[in-house]
Amino acid sequence: MALLQIAEPGMALAPHERKISIGIDLGTTNSLVAIVKDALPKVLADINGKELFPSVIRYLPDGRTQGGYDALEHVIDDPKNTIVSVKRFMGRGLSDVSHMESSPYEFIDEPGMVKLRTVAGDKTPVEVSAEILARLRQLAEDSVQDEIVGAVITVPAYFDDAQRQATKDAAQLAGLKVLRLLNEPTAAAIAYGLDNASEGIYAVYDLGGGTFDISILRMSKGVFEVLSTGGDSALGGDDFDQCLYSWVLEQVKLSPLAPQDQRALLLAAKQTKEQLSLAPLANVHLTLSTGAVVHLEVSQTQFFEITQSLVSKTMTSVRKALRDAHLQTQDVKGVVMVGGATRMPHVQAAVAELFAKQPLNNLDPDQVVALGAAMQADLLAGNQSKNNEWLLLDVIPLSLGLETMGGLVEKIIPRNTPIPVAQAQEFTTFKDGQTGLSLHVVQGERELVDACRSLARFELKGIPPMVAGAARIRVTFQVDADGLLSVHAIEESSSVQTSIEIKPSYGLSDSDITRMLQDGFASAKEDMQARSLREEQVEAERLIEAVGAALEQDGYLLTDIERALIRKEMAQLHNLVQTEQDSSIVRKAVEKAAKTTDHFAEKRMNASIQKALTGKNVAEI
Amino acid sequence: MANLSASDNYFTFFGLLPRFKLDTSVLDQAYLAIQKEVHPDRHTNGTEAEQRVAMQLATYANTAYRTLKDPIQRGLYLCQLNGVEAHLETNTAMPVQFLMKQMEWRETLDESAEDLSTLETLAAEVGQAHQNAVILLEEECEKGHYQKAIETVRGLLFIDKFATELDDAIAELA
Repeated sequence: MALLQIAEPGMALAPHERKISIGIDLGTTNSLVAIVKDALPKVLADINGKELFPSVIRYLPDGRTQGGYDALEHVIDDPKNTIVSVKRFMGRGLSDVSHMESSPYEFIDEPGMVKLRTVAGDKTPVEVSAEILARLRQLAEDSVQDEIVGAVITVPAYFDDAQRQATKDAAQLAGLKVLRLLNEPTAAAIAYGLDNASEGIYAVYDLGGGTFDISILRMSKGVFEVLSTGGDSALGGDDFDQCLYSWVLEQVKLSPLAPQDQRALLLAAKQTKEQLSLAPLANVHLTLSTGAVVHLEVSQTQFFEITQSLVSKTMTSVRKALRDAHLQTQDVKGVVMVGGATRMPHVQAAVAELFAKQPLNNLDPDQVVALGAAMQADLLAGNQSKNNEWLLLDVIPLSLGLETMGGLVEKIIPRNTPIPVAQAQEFTTFKDGQTGLSLHVVQGERELVDACRSLARFELKGIPPMVAGAARIRVTFQVDADGLLSVHAIEESSSVQTSIEIKPSYGLSDSDITRMLQDGFASAKEDMQARSLREEQVEAERLIEAVGAALEQDGYLLTDIERALIRKEMAQLHNLVQTEQDSSIVRKAVEKAAKTTDHFAEKRMNASIQKALTGKNVAEI
Repeated sequence: MANLSASDNYFTFFGLLPRFKLDTSVLDQAYLAIQKEVHPDRHTNGTEAEQRVAMQLATYANTAYRTLKDPIQRGLYLCQLNGVEAHLETNTAMPVQFLMKQMEWRETLDESAEDLSTLETLAAEVGQAHQNAVILLEEECEKGHYQKAIETVRGLLFIDKFATELDDAIAELA
């Protein structure tokens, strides 16, 4: 248990309390949770000493769920209700689902994202992922015996906006505060780079269970700068299993398999693949539910031939990422290998050949992402001293565009642009009195709308009626440091600026999430009301603490009156939080108090920029 | 947007003089120094206001850096600062000689799409034309001839677009 900290009366919590935050690698096949302890990142093990948590959730008829190894035991005998590799369905519609023929699930087509029909009802991939995340959170809480203040959750660098948003929604549903969505290869680069004090250009080749990423980074002391990224969010170790699975079916000429036999054969293919990373020969041996026996010997050479096209696909992405970074293979100092699928010898060989150097395998490819995420979580929680802090500059992986006339795409933010980034675009009306406008935002590199991913259709309403072409609607597309898009619009020609209501066409709304939480979700069994009150109280304490520290440091930027006003607001908030039991009243008070600090925040930030450029303390000038 | 009155343009934001000639290593250092202060990762424990300002300033820093780093965008921005607009959507007129050269390049690309060595020779020629135009742009900007400079910028945009297509074609073959 943590030592009790006793604050002076009227004072906020001591600012130097160490805050425990976690790093989560939410993988297609396995997930991991890690923390930084005594300055070292460390993957947490469950009570049985296992560090890998299989990303598997099983739904039971009474609504209860099993997760991890408990669920894994039932992949063959209860395939429909035991969901594996759910990451592949995050933010995806039915038409995006590959290998549907060998999936045992009953898919339900829904606008935006597929659902899976289980014995406990229809489940979105977000809900299934939230079950995994809730278990990882529990594992961490049990392990550290303390409250978790937040999490860094990793996503494939090549995840688009819909997939990122789905991941963030899942975290919210699991009761986790997301400090940052971090790209998996970037997380690996942090773990590798800090461990080895690397300097120069590095590539991270990350072949996971279901996704492939390549990132090119420049590492220098204290800075990780992503120069370009590429990949395929539907290519991973699973696809190598699928290739082998299809090949076996072809060899033994089997008629369509029952769901449990599909699962069993896929599992056998996976095991054979893993054996072939260690030995030149392996056997697929399986007795089907029909009594038929499948027995087949596979050589490494055969397996490499069957799957070579997948390896080549990754190499095409690697070359493209290098071109985007305006670099040649010889500029790259080292290639860090990440993800269990990089254990395959022909993957290693292809990377070695392209870069003409041996890839770097000195960190466990299963753990490196979670370790990097834990380090970033520790940094973001404010546990690193100023001298040890590092800066991470990441990019948007896929171009953002708008649909224009004729189904064409106009790019507004090109891929590999550093984030956060914003781009404003002006629109006008084409009919007299027009009060609405619809915008279609897509993501991808192709020139036709149909070949890109549709992210959202926005309806702009409430434009003041004017003659055609008179309205000046300025739409700003903002991509934040999580790589998530938000859109704001304003009508500029009328004397009063009108904020325009914007509604995305899909994605989970806050009310969807509230409903899911109320539906008795695993993480939400505690009293909802008490939980949200506690959250608002923490928020209030955080604000009081942050403003107090800011006044201490930079109070001289304000006049005496300004300072007094802020102190009064904070004192009032402090008093209210001691007694108020209604979370919505606390939230409103926090918002009001926060508002009084807007001006101060701007002054501080501008002062820090001046200081950074001149290398002097502003007070000295 | 946060109050940026202390730095009303991208150059002054990085503590640089508003001119085309620029030491990119100084720009890089200024960019990193500012991002170390304003990046949202530095303010995850700050107030909501602080986080919002951080995102706005980090966004501004990224836009400013991208603009100044690229000679074409830098030239375009400098012209705009000096009151000369490019009107890229409406003004597409280019000197005949320039257009002839563009047509010749396009023909070579279309006819030799499968011939790597021809494309690489062409790429070298286009690269040289790009370099020459940037040198010219710098001279014009230094002399304050922004009307001429904007024409050079428009030419460079054409060259750049073609260079990208050519690069894609070469990548297809390699």
